[in-house]
Amino acid sequence: MELVLDVIMVLLLIVGAFFFLVGTVGLIRMPDVFCRMHATTKSDTLGAGLILLALAIYHGISLISLKIIIVIAFVWITNPTAAHIIAKAEWNKQKEL
Amino acid sequence: MNMVLIGITIFLALLTIVCLYRAYVGPTSADRVVSINVISTKITTLIALLAIITGEDTFVDVSLVYAMIGFIMTVCVAKYIEKGKLF
Repeated sequence: MELVLDVIMVLLLIVGAFFFLVGTVGLIRMPDVFCRMHATTKSDTLGAGLILLALAIYHGISLISLKIIIVIAFVWITNPTAAHIIAKAEWNKQKEL
Repeated sequence: MNMVLIGITIFLALLTIVCLYRAYVGPTSADRVVSINVISTKITTLIALLAIITGEDTFVDVSLVYAMIGFIMTVCVAKYIEKGKLF
C-alpha cells in the first residue's frame, strides 16, 4: 500500500513539474500577450493542482491536508479569474489605441 | 521520497528565475503582469513544498495568504492598466 501511494505521488509530482515547464516555455517563446496568457494560465493551474494534490496525499488525512486542498480550490478559482481580468484590460487598452 | 520533493523544489526555483526574464524584458505592461502572476502561482506551490519538507506545518497558512496577495495584486494592476486609476 505504501509503495502504491509513493508511485502515485511521484507520478503526480513529475507530471505537475512537466506542466510548469510547459507553461514557462510558453511564457518565454510565444509571440503575443494573449498567446502567452493562453499558454501559462491553464498549464500553471493544472501543475499547481497536481503538485499540491501529491503533497496532500503525502501528509495523509489531517488538518494540514485539508488546508492544502483549500489552497488548491483557491488557486483553481482565482487563476482563471485573474487571467480573464488581465485579458479584458489589455483588450480594452488595445481597442482604445 | 524526500529527495524527490527537494528536487521538485529546486526545479521550480529555476523555473521562477526563467520567468523573471519575461518580467524584465516584456514589451507591454500586461506581459509583466502575466509573468508576475505565474511567479506567484509557482511561489505558492513552492512554499507548500517547503512546509512538507521541513515539517513546519504553519507554512501552509503562509502559502494560502501568498495566493490571496498575488490575486489581489493582479486584479489591482489590471484595473490600473485598464482605467489609469484604481477606483
